[in-house]
Amino acid sequence: MSEEKIIKGIKFGVLSPEIIRKVSVTAVVTADVYDEDGLPFEGGIMDPRLGVIEPGQKCVTCGNSIIACPGHFGHLELAKPVIHAGFVKHIYDVLRATCRHCGRLKISDDELSKYLDLLKRLEVRWPLLARGLTDYVRRKAMKVMECPHCGSRQFKIKLEKPTSFIEEGLEGPRRLWPTDIRARLEMVVDRDLRLIGYNPELARPEWMVITVLPIPPISVRPSILLETGIRSEDDLTHKLVDIIRTNDRLRESINAGAPEVIVEDLWDLLQYHVTTYFDNEVPGVPPAKHRSGRALRTLAQRLRGKEGRFRGNLSGKRVDFSARTVVSPDPNLSINEVGVPEEVAKVLTVPERVTRWNIDELRMHVLNGPYRHPGANYVIDPAGRRIDLRYIKDLKAVAENLKPGYIVERHLKNGDVVLFNRQPSLHRMSIMAHIVKVLPGRTFRLHLAVCPPYNADFDGDEMNLHVPQSEEARAEARVLLLVQEHILSPRYGGPIIGGIQDYISGAYLLSSKTTLLTKEQVSDLLAGSGYEGPIPEPAILSPKVLWSGKQIISLLLPADFNLRGKANISAGPLRCEDYECFWDSYVVVKMGKLLMGVLDKKTLGSQQSESLLHWITKEYGNNFGRKFMDNIFKMFLRFIEMRGFTMTLSDVAPPSKAVEEINNIVEEAKKRVFELIEQYREGKLEPIPGRTLEESLEIRIMEVLADARDNAGEIATQYLDPFNNVFIMARTGARGNILNITQMAAMLGQQSVRGERIRRGYDVRTLPHFKPGDIGPEARGFVKNSFVNGLTPIEVFFHAAGGREGLVDTAVRTSQSGYMQRRLINALQDLRIDYDLTVRTPNNSVVQFLYGDDGVDPSKSSYGSAINIDRIIERVIGWRL
Amino acid sequence: MGISESELLEMLEPAKQVLPPKIFDELLEKLKGLTLTKDELSKIVELTINEYLNVLVEPGEPIGTVAAQSVGEPGTQMTLRTFHYAGVRELNVTLGLPRLIELVDARKLPETPIMVIYLDEEHRYDRDKALEVARRIEATRLENVIAKVDIDLVSSSMVIDLDPEMMIDKGVETDDVVKALSKVKAVSQNVSVDENDSNRIYVQVPPNYDFMKIQKLRDRILKIKLKGIKGINRVIVQRRGNEYVLITDGTNLEAVLKVDGVDVRRVFTNSVYEVENVLGIEAARQALVNEIHNVLEEQGLDVDMRHVMLIADMMTLTGSVKQIGRHGIAGEKTSVLARASFEVTVKHLFDASARGELDELKGVAENVIIGQLVPVGTNLVNLAMNPTLARPK
Repeated sequence: MSEEKIIKGIKFGVLSPEIIRKVSVTAVVTADVYDEDGLPFEGGIMDPRLGVIEPGQKCVTCGNSIIACPGHFGHLELAKPVIHAGFVKHIYDVLRATCRHCGRLKISDDELSKYLDLLKRLEVRWPLLARGLTDYVRRKAMKVMECPHCGSRQFKIKLEKPTSFIEEGLEGPRRLWPTDIRARLEMVVDRDLRLIGYNPELARPEWMVITVLPIPPISVRPSILLETGIRSEDDLTHKLVDIIRTNDRLRESINAGAPEVIVEDLWDLLQYHVTTYFDNEVPGVPPAKHRSGRALRTLAQRLRGKEGRFRGNLSGKRVDFSARTVVSPDPNLSINEVGVPEEVAKVLTVPERVTRWNIDELRMHVLNGPYRHPGANYVIDPAGRRIDLRYIKDLKAVAENLKPGYIVERHLKNGDVVLFNRQPSLHRMSIMAHIVKVLPGRTFRLHLAVCPPYNADFDGDEMNLHVPQSEEARAEARVLLLVQEHILSPRYGGPIIGGIQDYISGAYLLSSKTTLLTKEQVSDLLAGSGYEGPIPEPAILSPKVLWSGKQIISLLLPADFNLRGKANISAGPLRCEDYECFWDSYVVVKMGKLLMGVLDKKTLGSQQSESLLHWITKEYGNNFGRKFMDNIFKMFLRFIEMRGFTMTLSDVAPPSKAVEEINNIVEEAKKRVFELIEQYREGKLEPIPGRTLEESLEIRIMEVLADARDNAGEIATQYLDPFNNVFIMARTGARGNILNITQMAAMLGQQSVRGERIRRGYDVRTLPHFKPGDIGPEARGFVKNSFVNGLTPIEVFFHAAGGREGLVDTAVRTSQSGYMQRRLINALQDLRIDYDLTVRTPNNSVVQFLYGDDGVDPSKSSYGSAINIDRIIERVIGWRL
Repeated sequence: MGISESELLEMLEPAKQVLPPKIFDELLEKLKGLTLTKDELSKIVELTINEYLNVLVEPGEPIGTVAAQSVGEPGTQMTLRTFHYAGVRELNVTLGLPRLIELVDARKLPETPIMVIYLDEEHRYDRDKALEVARRIEATRLENVIAKVDIDLVSSSMVIDLDPEMMIDKGVETDDVVKALSKVKAVSQNVSVDENDSNRIYVQVPPNYDFMKIQKLRDRILKIKLKGIKGINRVIVQRRGNEYVLITDGTNLEAVLKVDGVDVRRVFTNSVYEVENVLGIEAARQALVNEIHNVLEEQGLDVDMRHVMLIADMMTLTGSVKQIGRHGIAGEKTSVLARASFEVTVKHLFDASARGELDELKGVAENVIIGQLVPVGTNLVNLAMNPTLARPK
């Protein structure tokens, strides 16, 4: 084990030529890379002293092998200095702020010391203001046209992007060459630099004009050996060769005393190569191309963007000990569990240190070897040697040899804790810890109640699994990340984990008044849900002993639990405001007995605040809440299996009487629309203030047609049997809503694109089936048929147009909201609660003096409020009427 | 039985020490309506205090990330479209995701600026009086009150016919028009009213103007403001409860506050920028909270107020409204690595090295980058050991 060190800070700066030379292991002198034998030239760009490339070799410089050798820098002496394109702005600023003659900051000494004093004080307390001061001083100095120190006249300097400077002197504009610029920058005094925001110890401005170019180690730009045996060099190497070649030519030209124009051209070419070596996307510079025409990926490109070094490799890292596969449901698991395929369990390992207490078990793992399930893949001895069990013939010997101090990397097995994740990871419940359950099959299995937090379904979703490798990580996973710790969402202070779909249908059917159960059924349900205890007195004794569903559900409720509230079905004709309820749509639980009301989405659903699940988890703890859900959900499923639950065509086919009424409504609506159109044509239509006549007509027509659909839906639902399967699902909130039923049974109604009736297509009509100028309902996307009736071809077309808009909308929205969330997180991620319940930034400045004005954790709150006082009072004095 | 109010207050004293005022008041209010024994009361007080202490946040909780996620996650469920303003069919209002983005971007002008102006006691109950205020506010341009404009090329003049109906509707007199016209430099001296028809105005165009120039002049004249407030294009009078309110398209808080008949305390604008400029940073914070909360609420998304408040607090922390993003909070972080890992990576690195900056690695992003533990949550705890004390005796 290497020594662990903590990085306290990172200093940024510019390398000085002296440092570059000092660090360098060799000066690069030749542009040739390999000789005829394919060996790298000494003093070339692939000089072996720059580091090892091939495994097995030893580094000439440091003696390490490829794993430990970090690579070593070389250097290249430039024949003429060039500007570093990344620093032009700073060079420009310093040039303008200082005197061209004496190099002093163009501010008088008095003011200078005054500002310096102020800066020193600001730096300690207000770094942001210090920045403002330096900006101010710099700008002030730039405006001065006569040096207050030496009195010499100043000239305007222009920056010709990207890297040339032009001084507008008395004899007209003159190009400032990097040598001139460097000479000027060298004169600037340290004290002056500080005042315009530079730190001369770490970054002297003249260092921004490059005289010596560091040559990065080979490990930064490895060459790859193609199958054909041809070496392919990295883009950086190509670029460096260009630089060296141009540099050589420039030096030769100078030495040969070539005409100034030629030297200057070569100088500019060198400048171009150095610029693109650092950044190949500088505006105004044509990107350097590979022979194939592809732009080179040089230094800046490696860092930039989503797949760049920063966002791609540093802020997000690839990890070992992870797995990914398709997910599928398993209602028999606990909410806390995840089903892991044996195949996966044999690859993912947990390092376990051998002790006196686990040595027998770990021996068993080692004996099983890497190919049998509860086995092991590696054994690490106290000296740190790693034994790969795949190549061990005599596993027995290894097992015998185990002693405390060894580490066994054993297979994942039941009871291990792992992290489970589904992308996009939009909130913290997207990664939760689960307890492993190794199962046959090739998919990850998860309980259906944890679908909402992951936003998972089983139409081919894949999820990721990670195995924590340290004891701290495992402890944290168990205490903080376990699914049961996330039943209550911090977003709104209510459960995000809860019943969905069949759990809700099942709960409703089991708890409805008509459900009576025989002894066999009761035993089946209770056995399935892990109940151990007496069966209560049956609700009906004769002619046959029968129990009500509510009685059975009550057995799983805590004995002192109370709850009152409306059920989801309490709407429309089944509405109930209090306990005097004929429809059984008002839920009353008193002392752990479900006395009345049916259980449905309001009481058991996911994302339902102040529900039965919410109060149970909040008042009896997460662990109890989890157990409760594990058990009661199993009961509901067992019941729905027993009873049977399906959906048929006749569930959504309205009787002929209803069809007739719906047709009447459609006819009526059409008539109204034509009346409106008539009025409009005659100019009698009353316009809506602030709208044109056409817009008013459209709005009115839309209203009429929307009403028509609503009325049709109402009629269709009126004729539905209350125990109709589809209707049950919609009413209880298990799946679907009244609108879905309307569309299936009555009619689809008006299709819209951009909130208007469909108008695009041909010139003055949507389709060639209509007369030009027809603005009647059918011609503008009104669909009078239902899914049961079937749509006409024209209606299908309009419906598809409306459907397409929805798809486009979703696609646009995900990218927009994704970016917004990235920005929000980036802005807020450093905030945390301190021990005094203030909200602070890492610099210890206070954002809120008491978090949220009451210091309450939203996930522990009752739907936002700190405490539900009514429930406390009720707990003490009971339910008083 | 029964506990007197003074006794109640006395017994609630321990709760008062612990609970925030709002919760304490709620408790007091609820208890006042009940008849309780002393035992029950003390039990309730005890439970309430315990409950409150139980729901407090734990130190180290990375509450910023939680807030960002809680607001960002429902973003995927929001609509993209602009909707009709509740109750008014005349106006559209940006809602949903575009509005939320607009708010966290701290844009100067909302896509659909809107004001809701309540009126003072005098003008509140009468539609005509409300209309009167509305006229004072609505910016009326010349083009709103004319019937037609003719260009007479022979005499190089313009003939403006005013629409008497619109003049009454907008409350404009011919004199107002003339006054406004005479402020236009090119024609200031040459405006005259027809002697027979007070609704006809002649404008003499300078003789050197060619046809194109006259056309341009005409367009400019049509846009001149006759009365009202700049930026407010339309005012709609609407009944709300038992009073009339004005709803405007366009916003100009500063000017509206100065208009007679406006209830200054209840003027609303959806421009956070104006609120900041006119009413100050605290008001801007509250406006942000309200606006973000409204957007979420309108979409039927449950998000705890605490998250919204934290975002607003962060945006207003420095004393001016800062955008969430590159030009605001994220761009002003002290850490180089945090800035570089967000956006415009290379520029930040170059600037940092030129200035010789030091990254002290105090934030989350920096520590992720260098592979150290992040300074929130369980890692906020540090152990300090005094080796001299630890030595066994």
